[in-house]
Amino acid sequence: MMRISLQPRSNVSLNARIIISIIAALAAFALVAVPVSFAGVSPLTAYWLMFKGSFGSMFAFSETLTRATPLILTGLAAAIAFRAKLWNIGAEGQLYAGALAAIGVGSGLLSLPAPLLIPAVVLAGIVAGGLLMVIPALLKLRFGADEVVVTLLLNFIVILFVQMLIEGPIKDPLALGWPQSVPLVDAAAFPKLFARMRVHGGLILGLVAALALWIVISKTVLGFEIRAVGQNKAAARFAGVPVNATMLKVALISGGLAGLAGVSEVAGVKGYLSADLSPGFGYSGIVVAMLAGLHPLGVVLAALFVAAVFVGADSMSRATGVSNYLADLVVALSLLCVLVGGFFLRFRLKFERAAVPVQMGE
Amino acid sequence: MEILDILLTVNFWAAAIRIATPLIFGVLGALMCERAGVLNLGIEGIFTAGAMAGWMAVWLGCGLWTGVLVAALAGAIFGLLHAILTVVLGLSQHVSGIGITLLATSLGYFTYRTALPNVSTPPRIIPFQPLDIPVLSDIPFIGPVLFQQTALTLLAFILVGLVAWLLYRTPLGLALRAVGDNPSSIEAQGLSVRGLRIGAVVAGSSLMALGGAFLTMSAFDAFFFGMVNGRGWICIALVVFASWQPGKALLGALLFGAFDAFQIRLQTEVGAFVPGQVFLMMPYLLSILALILVARKADYPRSLLVPWFKGQR
Repeated sequence: MMRISLQPRSNVSLNARIIISIIAALAAFALVAVPVSFAGVSPLTAYWLMFKGSFGSMFAFSETLTRATPLILTGLAAAIAFRAKLWNIGAEGQLYAGALAAIGVGSGLLSLPAPLLIPAVVLAGIVAGGLLMVIPALLKLRFGADEVVVTLLLNFIVILFVQMLIEGPIKDPLALGWPQSVPLVDAAAFPKLFARMRVHGGLILGLVAALALWIVISKTVLGFEIRAVGQNKAAARFAGVPVNATMLKVALISGGLAGLAGVSEVAGVKGYLSADLSPGFGYSGIVVAMLAGLHPLGVVLAALFVAAVFVGADSMSRATGVSNYLADLVVALSLLCVLVGGFFLRFRLKFERAAVPVQMGE
Repeated sequence: MEILDILLTVNFWAAAIRIATPLIFGVLGALMCERAGVLNLGIEGIFTAGAMAGWMAVWLGCGLWTGVLVAALAGAIFGLLHAILTVVLGLSQHVSGIGITLLATSLGYFTYRTALPNVSTPPRIIPFQPLDIPVLSDIPFIGPVLFQQTALTLLAFILVGLVAWLLYRTPLGLALRAVGDNPSSIEAQGLSVRGLRIGAVVAGSSLMALGGAFLTMSAFDAFFFGMVNGRGWICIALVVFASWQPGKALLGALLFGAFDAFQIRLQTEVGAFVPGQVFLMMPYLLSILALILVARKADYPRSLLVPWFKGQR
């Protein structure tokens, strides 16, 4: 009888990780072909239209980069948190907190020239997002409250809080009753990178953040501590790693990155805050981080992929009438596929003829 | 005085039970999964899938109970997927659950949009009607509060008893509780750890889907985007609050329903002075508070989140 046994792999090469992510993305597209066919369109036509819609022209590519910008930041937020096994599912809320802080500082409170105002707005957003994530981290450390549930529930609370403010104290009186905040002053707006394109300075911030985070994780003591805490908390504590302090630092950085995503959307794209600022950037960030194997530089590529899926699906939807929820399907399936791919990175399948009991080790 | 007036009305308690019903299904479902050692964060998406599938079946001409079955089946399928990923392959329960939520939600929305491309007002079905049980419905106060609800609410109450009986009075229940605490003891008895866990996750997920079905087939009569609105996550918090016990789960859901019904009535009283969002935040704040209160003493199933592989001690 044929038996399949699993043997743990000792070390996994970077190439293998990249290949697994690519296969996962392709598998997601293959699976989504089924619902696309049901919608009455040939999957290949739909995918070709998606590709053209996201990379087919300079304009399309600029839209993809614009969409990738917040995803890089929320992806980094998830990546660093998940490395430390701090399950921050609250990037969506932290994004709104950052956006709110940006409006608070950047809509006339400070009258500074752009070179000073933009850093002030950015800093305010990072602090707001970071502090919002410190709450669940503290609740976890102090009371043992599960951070998954707390961060998820905080998302709803923060968005309601934002709705309350944009219908009240910070409502724009000139917006014809539309619930949106007072606009950001011009000096606080991120510069555009190219004329007549929406892609903006937030992309540079995202790339710098990815590079900085990569250096922090791979080259610094904090990075070592984060990895140690993520792999085995008890062993890390025994080895003298300040576990709680590390968790709080991770919470601050993770929330801060998500907050920066909110600043970037307000100062780079919208110019004001509304309750539909983010179409789930926080949740998509989790997929980005997983596709990237929690690697900060991989996050940039994964964010570009996820952004292209969303931008491409919008364009494909306009041309064919197939619902653009297709993008959410591709993204969700990519996450599940890359998770399964992780299994094959951890274990090598071995086919044997003998009746050896199935062995699985950690 | 006014508060007492609110608390003594039939309408208030009937509303509390109505609000609690989807949570009862959800908490029971989450409890089944977690008792067997598997956290199922797919719950939010499974709610959506259940709401969508049940409603769509009825909209396509099936009977209401067939719709309930279809919803349960949809939940079971996503539960099976979660079980394969977390129990068979031993992958991260957190990430798999989030993935299931994203998948189930987007599949529900995509199917709805594909079936109904150009509708602005969601089409309606004729939902479950309030029961009128002879004798029982005529009991003063208790009659209208408990027995003039829809059949799905009664089903939720019956399921609480059924799950409690299953967990504490049957050999299967003993095995289920053991598999979440000490899976090796199950293996030592020659039972299948994986089989039990897969079964629990599938059954629990179909219970979650019933919570969703209640929304579109009893509380409302149509499917809306975003209608689940965090109810699944609230259930995950309530399970901890209920220390993984069906009776306490019922109590927690009812308490929650009562608070929610109360804040809705308070809203009509003081709504002019306090923004509506403050009230809408209450359920989420309440869930976090409940979690903080019990978290330290919470008696988590000892093998929750821990994958189990044959031959591993």
